[in-house]
Amino acid sequence: MVTGRNLRAAREAAAAVPDPELPMVTVADLGILRDVTAEGDAVVVTITPTYSGCPAMREIAHDLRARLGRAGFADVTVRTALAPPWTSDWITAEGRRKLRDAGVAPPGPAAPAPAGPVPLTLGASRRRPVACPRCGSAGTTQTAAFSGTACKALYRCDACREPFEYVKDV
Amino acid sequence: MTEDQFDAYQSLAEESEDHRWAFGTGFTDPLEGVDTSVPDGVDAVALAAYCLMLADDALVYSHRLQQWMTRLPELEEETAFANIALDLLGQARMLLARAGRAEGCGRDEDRLAFFREEGEFRNVRLVEALDADFAELTGRLLVFSAWRLALLSELAGSADPVLAAIAAKGAKELAYHRDYAAQWVVRLGDGTALSHEKMQAALAAMWPLVGELFRPDPVADALPGVAVRPEALRAEFDAVLDAVLAEATLDRPPATPVALVDGRGGRDGVHTEAFGYLLAELQSLARAHPDATW
Repeated sequence: MVTGRNLRAAREAAAAVPDPELPMVTVADLGILRDVTAEGDAVVVTITPTYSGCPAMREIAHDLRARLGRAGFADVTVRTALAPPWTSDWITAEGRRKLRDAGVAPPGPAAPAPAGPVPLTLGASRRRPVACPRCGSAGTTQTAAFSGTACKALYRCDACREPFEYVKDV
Repeated sequence: MTEDQFDAYQSLAEESEDHRWAFGTGFTDPLEGVDTSVPDGVDAVALAAYCLMLADDALVYSHRLQQWMTRLPELEEETAFANIALDLLGQARMLLARAGRAEGCGRDEDRLAFFREEGEFRNVRLVEALDADFAELTGRLLVFSAWRLALLSELAGSADPVLAAIAAKGAKELAYHRDYAAQWVVRLGDGTALSHEKMQAALAAMWPLVGELFRPDPVADALPGVAVRPEALRAEFDAVLDAVLAEATLDRPPATPVALVDGRGGRDGVHTEAFGYLLAELQSLARAHPDATW
């Protein structure tokens, strides 16, 4: 049986798994790890995808099994939870600090779900200014709404001229 | 670099029975651990057929967008379309898995994607065409994403909780796909005389297939509270298109009757000539190596 202190150890092991795309943060920091519970001898880990096509999900499931295995939990079930959908608001304060320290701008608050049809954005950006993770300047320009992974956009700092990535607010 | 940071890369090189970063068949089930039982009172056969339609729209269109990779004018546009294609592929995978489970005949996402014939695909024909130029690419993305965003936003309230969850997630993605496409249509429409002309011509070229998106469908009619009737999406779609076209100084092409073959279209398994070639490319590798995983 997995109980008490064991379950806490399982939670710690699962929470420490780094994200494959953003290895400076863990799956717990990103809000991908939703729950760790016990069912008899099995540890059941529930994760949620950030984006529908995120190819890291499989890698995360593998790393969870490997890490929990090393922590002494041989029987691990990884489940997917689709609802409620992931939002960048679930990234923890610690996660945001780690992202910034690594030169990636953390997301601002996500737009609340609209009551009616989703409003159209024809301007370049409706967002509040994104602060440069390097020099802190609020004078930054979006250079692309997309980047090397689904979760990021590209920016450039107008003050220090450094390009940087921004974790999109969704 | 800490041990934690290193592990993520190290694990990629590990020997494993698991198929790592697989590009092909043999993926894990995208609905693993999700309760996929069909709610009481819902017609499972119709639910499977409905999910298959929405899956096929995303799968086929994703493939068309992937064909643009390495051919776009800027690296930023490459990443944009690659990301959009990936989002749609993810939506297709979950919807195919949902269709397979509801159908209950043991067909998984790979079986449905790679081993159906042309006439068994249920996608709308708008997504089949090979875009002639960047204007057609961005114009089609605007039409597709404005329509699919309206659809998925409604489906987020579906009585099937699995379909509702897939839709709620997808709607967030479609919102930025639509904004991206709309901004390009405005830039080209309200750009030079040549870009305006090409954007107007692009809309005219695809317009005969737009009406199909809003055709009443017996499968949707058989799923009250679960599916969204296509004709109900027209008002939101028109409002969005009118707003973008006005900003882009473009004219809405004149309404044309829905192009059909003997009264049938993509939802009935009747497709355009371009589709067979697309499907051959999409399926050839999986069919040459059936049941292979790598």
